[in-house]
Amino acid sequence: MEVNWTRKDLLSLYDLTPEEIVLILDTAEEFKKVSERNLKKVPALRGKTVVNFFVEPSTRTRVSFELAEQRLSADIINMTASSSSLQKGETLLDTVRNIEALQADLIVMRHSCAGAQNFIAKNISSGVINAGDGAHGHPTQALLDLFTIRQKKGRIAGLNVSIVGDILHSRVARSDIWGLIKLGANVTLAGPSTLVPRDFEQIGVRVCHNLKDAMVGADVINLLRIQHERQRAGFFPSTNEYARFFGLNMENAKYLNPDALIMHPGPINRDVELDSALADGPQSVILEQVTNGLAVRMAVLFLVAGCLKK
Amino acid sequence: MIEKNSYILKGGRVVDPARGIDTVMDIGVSNGRIVDPGKIKNPEVIKVKKLVVAPGFTDMHVHLRQPGNTTAETIATGTMAAAAGGFTGIVAMPNTSPPADSAGTIEYIRRHTELYGVVRVYPSGCMTKELKGEEMAGIGGLKSAGVVAVSDDGKCIQNHELMRHVVEYSKSFGLPILDHCEDAFLKGEGVMHEGKWSTLLGMRGISSASEELMIARDIILSRMIGWKIHIQHVSAGESVELIRNARKRGIMISAEATPHHISLTDDSIKKFDTNYKMNPPLRSEQDRLAVIEGLRDGTITVIATDHAPHTATDKLVEFDYAPFGIVGLETAIPVCLTELYHEKILSLSDFVSKFTVGPAEVLGMDFGTLAEGKPADITIIDTEKKFCVDASKFRSKSRNTPFHGMEFRGKAAATIVAGRFVFDEIGQ
Repeated sequence: MEVNWTRKDLLSLYDLTPEEIVLILDTAEEFKKVSERNLKKVPALRGKTVVNFFVEPSTRTRVSFELAEQRLSADIINMTASSSSLQKGETLLDTVRNIEALQADLIVMRHSCAGAQNFIAKNISSGVINAGDGAHGHPTQALLDLFTIRQKKGRIAGLNVSIVGDILHSRVARSDIWGLIKLGANVTLAGPSTLVPRDFEQIGVRVCHNLKDAMVGADVINLLRIQHERQRAGFFPSTNEYARFFGLNMENAKYLNPDALIMHPGPINRDVELDSALADGPQSVILEQVTNGLAVRMAVLFLVAGCLKK
Repeated sequence: MIEKNSYILKGGRVVDPARGIDTVMDIGVSNGRIVDPGKIKNPEVIKVKKLVVAPGFTDMHVHLRQPGNTTAETIATGTMAAAAGGFTGIVAMPNTSPPADSAGTIEYIRRHTELYGVVRVYPSGCMTKELKGEEMAGIGGLKSAGVVAVSDDGKCIQNHELMRHVVEYSKSFGLPILDHCEDAFLKGEGVMHEGKWSTLLGMRGISSASEELMIARDIILSRMIGWKIHIQHVSAGESVELIRNARKRGIMISAEATPHHISLTDDSIKKFDTNYKMNPPLRSEQDRLAVIEGLRDGTITVIATDHAPHTATDKLVEFDYAPFGIVGLETAIPVCLTELYHEKILSLSDFVSKFTVGPAEVLGMDFGTLAEGKPADITIIDTEKKFCVDASKFRSKSRNTPFHGMEFRGKAAATIVAGRFVFDEIGQ
């Protein structure tokens, strides 16, 4: 079936049809080949201006987007909250409207507030790509996760995928959940009861509060980074206790299928949520996720740019 | 404005729940008071056939923003909005800038109301100085200055001992308590209802427990002290159950519901439109139905809007950063008629009661009836008129409504304060 991309924005996987998600993954396959060539650059976005507007600081996502834009031959401007007029009390919308007035074609944006990109996309004509909004979504991370799973397992539908950790505060988990559900995977969420809301069961996701249940039968296990500030906020008693009950280690790894993939969106707290040896072991696909992120972001930039009014 | 000294409202359906009246009859008005229509000589006749003639509606929960934030609302624009919405009286919340915690601020509000007010404004005063929840405000002085109740609305006294003293002290001055029930820790940094949608959207939730806990506290204090505590803007289903049980036991607890909590739910937040952001937040469908049931069975005796104007600039920001609150005066009757009367939840008499007898009982005042000799405060309603909300036509200075573009059935046709038409669309 021929699927056309018709969106000027990529805000959330919740908005996309399964066909649109597959279209992005298929397009990324093509761009992955570009990155494997000697000459890694294509002229797909030549003459287009992309502004990377990171209101919330980011390293890996920003670098990945920047490289993807360079490989597509776009002109790039990088802005952060501290280098913008937000510092002077300008509203977010005014700041973005000024970027738009400079005829930026695409704005890649990260923000600490859920829905900030939805709010901006509604109010401007430039394309908006969500590079992470609060705990709401991180669609390109989920797409690279889906891409990696599909590459390794040959399919998504019917796989058992477990996501472990601080689901409550995780934009990665939310985007993964929508992407996986839409492509037919069985999703299990696991972690401390304070960080894994039961409300997710209402959309057909399994919720459990011990790691073993999430490991047995899993084709993929995705460990999320646990942040120390959650401990201070009273969600769990200590990092040690977290690691003991919810960390993947050499001892409990026996419950995992030998061919199960170990994933992590990074940055890893080694030996907290994930044992160092496992992170570097044969089941880990963590660095391949990073590599695939580039291809996925090239695909998203390419598709969205193709839908902009000239 | 139309000046009419003596007239008869002819052929309307008079609904006056205070006297158990729901019948077609004429109402006479002379020199600002209700009179026997037969005793007016050569009266002007105003035909109100097919319209409902009710005692003037009072909105117990309005933020006029003056003094302080007059870019969002003023006493003039707020009372014009009230008139256009069918309200003849409003209770002004004290969280102005400065807060209404002293006789001077109450004086200011009263003077401005005399000069610019279109409907009656009943000021309320703070329970604590500067709404800080730390020291009791000069409640006796506020009473002398003319407040009808005390409230720290927008905030909730967290110190239960202080709350106890405020209730005891207010009782001795005959001032009812209007309480915004919210546990500050459980509310935390929440921006919407904690439930399925906050979980899916990754937004910080405000758990219903934050409301229930403080309602339970208030019920205990009301029982212990024997004084009136009115629970503002009830939003959670379990809160309704707490209030229902307390009232059954004869505890002096009353409650209000807002038009938005009976018509909207938390799934609206997925649009990330800050005009759906208010506190207490829109809750689940189950909560919405429980609040409606509370209105139906008489647990909740008052409908109030929590009219909270904010400028477009303040609202056109990231959801997390937007202030809580929506305007409500000009949409309350259409929304509630549609959701409660046309949906056959409430009879017309019970509907009118929530805006008249209900508030009068809570405040211990004698408005809310069309008995002869009373001030001629009258709300005339067309229950059938199609009304599509157009925020750009609001009299309010602010436009922050989630109802823009929605269609409702019924609206105010005219508003009369002390015999004077302050809003008139009869025949239009």
